[in-house]
Amino acid sequence: MLTEALTLQLGYNATLVALGAMFLGVAAGVTGTFLFLRKRALVSDAISHATLPGVGLAFMIMVAFGGDGRNLLGLLLGSALSASFGLLCIGWLTRRTRLAEDAAIGAVLSVFFGFGIVLLTIIQTMRVGQQAGLEGFLLGSTAGMLWNDAVIIAVGGALTLAVVIALRRPMTLVAFDPEYAAARGLNVARVDLAIMGLAMAVTVVGLKIVGLILIVAMLIIPPVAARFWSERTDHVALIAGGIGGASAYIGAGLSAVAPALPTGPIIVLVSFATFLISLLLAPGRGVLAAVLRHRRFQRRVHIRQGLLALAQGQPIYERYTLRLLQRAGLVEADGVATETGRARAAKALRDEARWALVRSDQALEGAAALYDGLRDLETVLTMDQITEIDRRIGAPQGVAL
Amino acid sequence: MNLKLASDLGTPPTEDLSGVPLAVRGMTVSYGQKPAVFSVDMTIQNGSMSAIIGPNGAGKSTLLKAALGVIKPLAGRVSVYGKPLKSQHHRIAYVPQRASVDWDFPTRVIDVVLMGLYRELGLLRRVRTSHMETAMACLDRVGMTDFAERQIGQLSGGQQQRVFLARALAQGADLYLLDEPFAGVDAATEKAIIAVLKSLKDDGKTVVAVHHDLATVSDYFDQVFLINTRKVAEGPVATTFTAENLNAAYGGRLATAQIDRLAVSAL
Repeated sequence: MLTEALTLQLGYNATLVALGAMFLGVAAGVTGTFLFLRKRALVSDAISHATLPGVGLAFMIMVAFGGDGRNLLGLLLGSALSASFGLLCIGWLTRRTRLAEDAAIGAVLSVFFGFGIVLLTIIQTMRVGQQAGLEGFLLGSTAGMLWNDAVIIAVGGALTLAVVIALRRPMTLVAFDPEYAAARGLNVARVDLAIMGLAMAVTVVGLKIVGLILIVAMLIIPPVAARFWSERTDHVALIAGGIGGASAYIGAGLSAVAPALPTGPIIVLVSFATFLISLLLAPGRGVLAAVLRHRRFQRRVHIRQGLLALAQGQPIYERYTLRLLQRAGLVEADGVATETGRARAAKALRDEARWALVRSDQALEGAAALYDGLRDLETVLTMDQITEIDRRIGAPQGVAL
Repeated sequence: MNLKLASDLGTPPTEDLSGVPLAVRGMTVSYGQKPAVFSVDMTIQNGSMSAIIGPNGAGKSTLLKAALGVIKPLAGRVSVYGKPLKSQHHRIAYVPQRASVDWDFPTRVIDVVLMGLYRELGLLRRVRTSHMETAMACLDRVGMTDFAERQIGQLSGGQQQRVFLARALAQGADLYLLDEPFAGVDAATEKAIIAVLKSLKDDGKTVVAVHHDLATVSDYFDQVFLINTRKVAEGPVATTFTAENLNAAYGGRLATAQIDRLAVSAL
């Protein structure tokens, strides 16, 4: 059943939803990367909550003029206008009052959302008979999604993505180093506005599928997960787009299999799963990698200290050190160094002296930066350089590398 | 003190500044109600190496940032090679204080230097081999080629500062403005940076640095600008970096013995 959903064989509506969601997911992941790097993740939450009054007002206006109150384009336009107004309010509160941005965000978010809920309640009591489905904007609803809706979502997502790609350099510059960006003549406020505007576009486009309460998750979780996998901005953005698209597609597929499951929350849970996997398993920044790295480092420190102690004829008291040395065949069970142990100990002592010289020589800075007290010198310098260092130390040449 | 009114600040339009890399006229910058920089005129000589010095909180960095358009002044005009700042940003390279950056940002050393080429790259052009070569050459000038692939946060403070300088070099600018380039860096970095700055000067470029170490002023720079909210003095180090001017700028903050040792003797 799930494979059918994921291979788009579950019917027209499910296919529309899955493809629409995937477009949205890619756009949200890539856009969210810049929001996240600019440390404005929370603003997107305010943006999304500020869309609700616009949805209600747009519905009322369209009905009042005798139109279809559920026209998606009209509702999205209304939500975009009210979200922009919310953004303006946050900007004004932060600039003109002593309120910090987080307080301004909290105030705008709750007031707009509250007002939106009041409007929706009023709409429920109106006798127009079209109000069914409006509450779907809260948590997203994909039942009865039309071809036109899917097109709007796909086109909106694609346009947003195109603008993000075009503005990636200024946005990266502003997020990394706003002062430098301003000195280059970039209008930092305008670039910030572009970042916010793009986040708003994703929010508005995603209202129908994910709903305004959870859309922030699609903007933020993918870049946060992607950050674990790369140290490059462009790669983080690409990975975030991939994670966003895949999560949305899989989530939509899952909810199509079990129609009682709401699409938006499932998508969020799937992307959270990718976040968990990244957090635990990513090489480099992941938790597991960090633990393993620490353990390996600890073992190497103990062996190194043990070897230095052996070389200088000092006793080793720590049991863990002895056990490690013994396991490596460097000491006998009684703590006396083996043949290999004595050779390695002499080399360790020698390497200490070599490193000391490397670290004091400016010309060898690149190598010195790798110093951690453990690394073998021959992994960072050529044999010729080491011979040169030995010549400068002037110590006996008998010790093997 | 001659306090001018805001309405008649600025230079007469007849003043010819076309050969002057950076001229600031009537600049006042204020955070809140207390001016950090008040009615300052500064003229940077073409091809000079100029130090902006003054005590803590004297407005050195503020003056520099306002001259660059990073912060908006309350009053004052900036002219770069005789033209308004807005049209001349491409001729200026700026090295900010290290503290202004998020060091956990996902970017490698080489990516930071490539940021210096953003003007050439525009919005959409791809990074080509030639761009990479330019960036690596700039890293080479500051002795950081071995570090090109590292994440920026893995470097020491001095190394980060040199990467920022490499980014400025990549811009190929004519005027270099540095905010405390030697603050918190190791001696090796200081030597490397000053060597690069001197080579820029030899190429006919102009270098301006906010500087805090009075002991090195006469070794490193040929022009000096003393500020303590208001301009105290400006001119060649030999005639301007004097006990009298230092006293005026630093007030009681420096002991007389210190000033006598630092200042250029008036012999």
